[in-house]
Amino acid sequence: MSAPALATRGLSKSFGSLAVARDVDIELPKGVRYALIGPNGAGKTTLINLITGMLQPDAGRIFLDDADITALAPEQRVRRGLVRTYQINSLFPHLTALESVTLAVCERTRAARTWWRQLDAYPHEIDEAYEILTALNLGTACHRLTRELAYGQQRLLEIALALATRPKVLLLDEPAAGVPRDESKELFAAIAGLSSDITVLFIEHDMELVFRFATRIIVMVGGLVLVQGPPHEIANDPQVRAVYLGKAPARVLEPRHG
Amino acid sequence: MALSEGTITPRLYLSAQTRWRPAEIVFWLATLLPYFFFPNYLSLASQIAIAALFALSLDLILGYAGIVSLGHAAFFGIGAYAAGLLSKYGWGEPLSGLVVAAFAAGVVGYATSFVICRFRHLALIMLTLGFGLLLAELANTLGWLTGGVDGLQGIHTWKLLGYFSFDLYGRVAYSYALAVLFLLFLFARRLIHSPFGLSLRGIRENFVRMPAIGAPSQAHMRTIYTIAASIAGVAGALLAQTTETVSLDSLGFERSAEVVVMLVLGGTGRLYGGLVGAIVYMIARDQFSGVVPQYWYFWIGILLVGVVIFLPNGIVGGLAQIAARWSRK
Repeated sequence: MSAPALATRGLSKSFGSLAVARDVDIELPKGVRYALIGPNGAGKTTLINLITGMLQPDAGRIFLDDADITALAPEQRVRRGLVRTYQINSLFPHLTALESVTLAVCERTRAARTWWRQLDAYPHEIDEAYEILTALNLGTACHRLTRELAYGQQRLLEIALALATRPKVLLLDEPAAGVPRDESKELFAAIAGLSSDITVLFIEHDMELVFRFATRIIVMVGGLVLVQGPPHEIANDPQVRAVYLGKAPARVLEPRHG
Repeated sequence: MALSEGTITPRLYLSAQTRWRPAEIVFWLATLLPYFFFPNYLSLASQIAIAALFALSLDLILGYAGIVSLGHAAFFGIGAYAAGLLSKYGWGEPLSGLVVAAFAAGVVGYATSFVICRFRHLALIMLTLGFGLLLAELANTLGWLTGGVDGLQGIHTWKLLGYFSFDLYGRVAYSYALAVLFLLFLFARRLIHSPFGLSLRGIRENFVRMPAIGAPSQAHMRTIYTIAASIAGVAGALLAQTTETVSLDSLGFERSAEVVVMLVLGGTGRLYGGLVGAIVYMIARDQFSGVVPQYWYFWIGILLVGVVIFLPNGIVGGLAQIAARWSRK
């Protein structure tokens, strides 16, 4: 069996007395579509922050393609193909959509280090950025300033920026957050249509979307991985039903904070 | 710029951004006007060109990379003293003086950039301020080298290109300063339209997001800080060479604050902001100090407050807005 695209071993993190990640072991085989679910405050976003290096773990290791990346800076992890998006849009308000994605492409090809040649000397970078935008239905809006784009388009731009880095593993933090239901289906269709070379982990609250698009599901509660498996197992797991799907008994296990 | 969406290819669009606009050509032609209409003000004109170059260098870090500095005069001063000392100790050739000044300021800029690139916002302002004050005090203490409060005496600038001697009217001085300003402006213009320039705007727009697209923001910040320091050093050297003296205020806090004011007046992050700001500021200072010598800062204050309130993007930003409205009609 080939090495998993992404794996964590004993990943732990506490903020004071609050454990936000407790001994997290996950393993993402290449090309899967993983959903990461759990109640608010379960530590889902924290896990993404830990994996991408935005937070330093107290203990544990992170492996990308079997290489230990625990000590790498966030941008070095991105260079190796571990890329994330943000739950709350984190974009470049006064750049156009095309400029934003061109920027990300140029960082990948290292064109961004040259300050003695103008952008028009890099037609391939510009074309690639435009292709990414077109594939996400942003082609006609590519000359608009990011802050002038509709909210749903900004969510797509989040993904476009991530794709421009040519990810091997893509971590999507609630990609459809705040997007109307019918649009969020389109958004997930775009995610489902990504190349099968890309391993995807997404956080999502809408169970319909989760069960439709995920090949495997990880359930987190209180910083702990409760259970992981294929959708039908998760749907029938009594523990999961208790904490997550069935709302009433969930209170017992739900973490006290946030 | 009003562009109908989808009708223009991305390549064309991005190369159109780098094209020279008529207003730019008019601006540079206008820099030749002092020769014909204000021959008695050529010394002032060369001071303006030097200030403009200094403001341009600040725009590269402040306007483009979002590095707010209150100690940028440190590099201006290093350049001024480097060129001044070189001349005092026997080598007064102006062009090589500029190169030495750029190198000296660049080296110090590069060394401090390792600290600078780790901070943002208020911490950054205080750090640059601190570095600036430190250097100013150092120059004061090293009186044997810098001349202390009396200034650096004994500078003699040789003929420009071995042919043009610096005259009393400032004809050669202005031509020299203007030519250097124009060449370095071309350099800066090219830089901000490069992929690196795009990354700088990314840093300004969203510093936190940059690592998530794989960008080495700190390396980018070190590069631009070093480049901006070198250009500021050239500006300082021009002042030393054309006035044949260097005083402590060339690296003082007041000069650091002044250049920020010029840039804000003109508009940050627009390349011409520093140039227009320097023109407005220097002419205002010249005129106001002629009317009421003690209170000219009062008028500069009013000008600054007025621009910040009514033209939040500076004078150039305001003009661009008016032009955009005009072309839409």
